[in-house]
Amino acid sequence: MLAAIVLLVPLAPGWPAVKKSFANGEVFAKTFPGLLDAFLLDIAIFAWSAPLIFAAGLIVALMRDARAPALYPLRLLGIVYTDVFRGVPVILVIYLVGFGVPGLGMPRPWNSPYLWGTVALVLTYAAYVAEVFRTGIESIHQSQRAAALSLGLSESDTMRYVILPQAIRRVVPANMNLFIALQKDVALLSFIGPVEIFRQAGVYKSLLANFTPYVGAALIFLAVTIPATRYADHLMAKQLRARS
Amino acid sequence: MRLTVSILALSVASGAAFAQNDCAAGKTLTEGTLTVATGNPAYFPWVIDDAPESKQGFEAAVAYAVANAMGFSDDQVTWVRSSFDQAIQPGAKDFDINIQQYSITPERDEIVDFSAPYYSAAMAVLTRKPVVDAGLDTSFEALKGVKWGADAATTAVPMLAEIIQPDEAPLLYNDNADVVEAMKAGQIDAALFDLPTALYLGAVVLDDGVVLGQFPAERTEKPDQFGMLFEEGNPLKACVDAALEQLRADGTLAQLEATWLSETTGVPVIE
Repeated sequence: MLAAIVLLVPLAPGWPAVKKSFANGEVFAKTFPGLLDAFLLDIAIFAWSAPLIFAAGLIVALMRDARAPALYPLRLLGIVYTDVFRGVPVILVIYLVGFGVPGLGMPRPWNSPYLWGTVALVLTYAAYVAEVFRTGIESIHQSQRAAALSLGLSESDTMRYVILPQAIRRVVPANMNLFIALQKDVALLSFIGPVEIFRQAGVYKSLLANFTPYVGAALIFLAVTIPATRYADHLMAKQLRARS
Repeated sequence: MRLTVSILALSVASGAAFAQNDCAAGKTLTEGTLTVATGNPAYFPWVIDDAPESKQGFEAAVAYAVANAMGFSDDQVTWVRSSFDQAIQPGAKDFDINIQQYSITPERDEIVDFSAPYYSAAMAVLTRKPVVDAGLDTSFEALKGVKWGADAATTAVPMLAEIIQPDEAPLLYNDNADVVEAMKAGQIDAALFDLPTALYLGAVVLDDGVVLGQFPAERTEKPDQFGMLFEEGNPLKACVDAALEQLRADGTLAQLEATWLSETTGVPVIE
């Protein structure tokens, strides 16, 4: 099958034109260093967003787990929040938050697209991560909670010392998947100004009227996401072995 | 007089059979029709009200003038819309010519074909009144020091890097509307556009827009000239070039420019 593709595609009448536009060695060599440079910005945005998402997701998950009747508003807020931000495309949140909030008239540096783009990413991804944490928390058997309480631990200590350490560990692979997705979605910040790899590739594309820079960008993304995916798989397999 | 009328009548009568002049015959997508692409949306003053069929706006008017010079009547021009990416992707195109402020560059010319230039665009600095009040003027030191923005798909990007060389890396956006939005949000101080676009955005879209100055179109290095875009190797290019040459020689192009882009003369030049 693969051999057929490799052999037959170059025979298509449009192949020379496609090759010139998508697999142009000269353009590739010329633009790749600039793309690598721009990718550093993606990594930086990822690096500062990920811990924030982790923390915000955990807080929202705990809000949704609030059981005391008096805390119902918190719980409701958590539900509404996850519903809204899981339901809206990331790019819309980035546009609305990235242009809308600074438009209120904030002075620099508080109107920075990096700042509000990050807020948009955190808002969206925290909703997903919260749901993953919630499944983790709910997967810990009720009897553990009851046992901890009967030993005299408070509600919050039960959560902190008994439930969460197990829950967080259990959902590491699921969260890994989300963070791999985040690593790609970081590129969406380019819509509100930052010149990261996707935008840099777009600039090259416009100037050279050639799509090869996109191929270069895709390769750079793969170089990071494939090892990360393999690592997530490895963790999942390890967990499966431990449980069986 | 009678002779002219009968010749006119004759040419109208034969119009159906010989819709275009010999040059364009058999070279268009649909015989007897010139399919012209423009942006979606198409912006003022290039196309007025996003309605190129109305012939209002500089590029709409130029497209009809070129079509007429090639022997197409106004009814034989149909419009389609295309993005920049659609225009440069390999393969068959759904337009004969594409007119949306494409700057002619040698690199782009390797992938697609361009007509002779129909307009030489000066680049202009668009900013807002508060920024000017805060001390931005046309000196290079002042220009270097502010936060820049530009439309990522335009030749404004390399111009910024080569001529102004700002201290901070510019922010880039998908289209003009986004650049203006960032300017309103105070995320960028100034942006580089072709002059007619800058004038429009400064006067209509921004409440407090100021076109600070222009870099003359005739600068020696990298002049920004707009050409119509064709699929690589399209034989129609020769006909369009001839038509443009004719329009330039008889003054039609200059006249259209005066009609639609006349305000551009009052803007101070940045040396």
